[in-house]
Amino acid sequence: MAAKPVPVPTPETQPFWDGCAAGELRIQRCAGCGRAYFYPRPVCPACGSRDVGWFTASGRATLYSYVINHRPAPGWEDETPYAIAVVQLEEGPRMMTSIVGLPATPEALELDMPLRVRFESRGDVTLPVFGPAAP
Amino acid sequence: MSGPPGVIIAGAAETDQLGRLPGYSTLQLHVEGALNAVADAGLSLRDIDGIATVSAPGPVQVAHALGITPSWIDGTGVGGTSFLLHVRHAAAAIRAGYARTVLITHGESGRSRVGASPFRLGASSPVGQFEVPYGVFGPTTTFTIPVLRYMKEYGLTHEQLAYVAVAQRRWAAKNPRAAFRDPVTVEDVLASRIVAYPFHLLECCLVTDGGGALVVTSADRAASFPKPAVHVLGTGESSETPMISQMADFTESLAFRLAGAAAFAEAGIGVADVDHLMIYDAFAHVPIYGLEALGFVAKGEAGPFIADGNTEPGGSLPLNTNGGGLSYTHTGMYGMFAITEGVRQLRGEAAAQAGSPQISVILGNGGMFATAGVLVLGRHPR
Repeated sequence: MAAKPVPVPTPETQPFWDGCAAGELRIQRCAGCGRAYFYPRPVCPACGSRDVGWFTASGRATLYSYVINHRPAPGWEDETPYAIAVVQLEEGPRMMTSIVGLPATPEALELDMPLRVRFESRGDVTLPVFGPAAP
Repeated sequence: MSGPPGVIIAGAAETDQLGRLPGYSTLQLHVEGALNAVADAGLSLRDIDGIATVSAPGPVQVAHALGITPSWIDGTGVGGTSFLLHVRHAAAAIRAGYARTVLITHGESGRSRVGASPFRLGASSPVGQFEVPYGVFGPTTTFTIPVLRYMKEYGLTHEQLAYVAVAQRRWAAKNPRAAFRDPVTVEDVLASRIVAYPFHLLECCLVTDGGGALVVTSADRAASFPKPAVHVLGTGESSETPMISQMADFTESLAFRLAGAAAFAEAGIGVADVDHLMIYDAFAHVPIYGLEALGFVAKGEAGPFIADGNTEPGGSLPLNTNGGGLSYTHTGMYGMFAITEGVRQLRGEAAAQAGSPQISVILGNGGMFATAGVLVLGRHPR
């Protein structure tokens, strides 16, 4: 079975992946307009300012949308079907993620349900994934 | 006459066959589509001085294979809508005098993968870092993600989503070149296997081999071709995001809306002027997003609008009359086939001819709601 894909950080994304390795969801916020954003890049997508910095997000999120995939990507054969989700962080930005600790069924996955970040290692990086808000 | 000089589509054709064509390379599909379109325009390859297509194989390879030495080249490659953007860019080039007769080609061995480039998503690209690790596997796992949000916010039902495939199959049933022509019901669609919930197999496009091409030139030559000229009345293009997870609002396509507004404004038309419509349908929800983005119906109304029969044969707004990507063909970059069907309808030569349309609108999608192109085509100049 093929291994699951491992992301390769780039200089502008390295702090995000370093945060994950430390068990923190670090994303960026614009000092100019105050807006938090994701994915990592050195300019604010809302106002164009280069005065941006990193902070640790709360890790709280809600389920924005998802699919339940029945045709496994390489490396996912043993856990199909599985959910591919987009969550909305408490701070505003959205990110794609996996859902853990819940069955991959429409009944278990209700849009807008509260979720909380967890971290999983994959190769030499650590990925943020999301599971039920209550541990 | 006011405004910039007019531009027409003088030739439009597809490859002789569509479907599973293991005997054709990607390049050969471009070549056959090009030869058919140039013949459709009553021209020879010597008349072509501009070339546009996507990579790979790209405009240099296609031009060389055809013996064309271009004075204008466009390699815009932004997914399946690229050919609509090529028409727009060609119109600008023709008006600027950079080219006189532009050939736009598409060929894709989407099913057989003969002479095709491998799919590659770099693990250090934004998609490679922030989407691919979560088990995405092509468009069925990404293009589909927004629809549950839409369903929750606007009440679209599974049955209404399935009905998009039913309506388009009714057009395909009239088209001998369509891959799937047997009638289907909502129950059939919902009984087909789940590919990525909430999408069933029959709500996902085909994967085929095929090609097509267009010849674009200035409207002052409109009377000099064997087929009726199709006038390019308005064009638009835009992009939103390369990552579906970063789409601003999962219930609407910004790129569709902006490209449509630009095309309608240039053409000086409103939705009431449109007789025929093609909306790129890689999946059943895309026509729903397209109808709303172009303003044919209000937000949340497109599902019921289709389910009420308005877009199928006999309805008020003929939509995807070749059967679409769901039933006709879908090589991977379907946009060319949406244009060729619009041209056929305006010429009155479509297999499932929808009356005598005067204005046809084509909405092309690229990537997963990533890019959009819109063409307003007409039987007559503005």
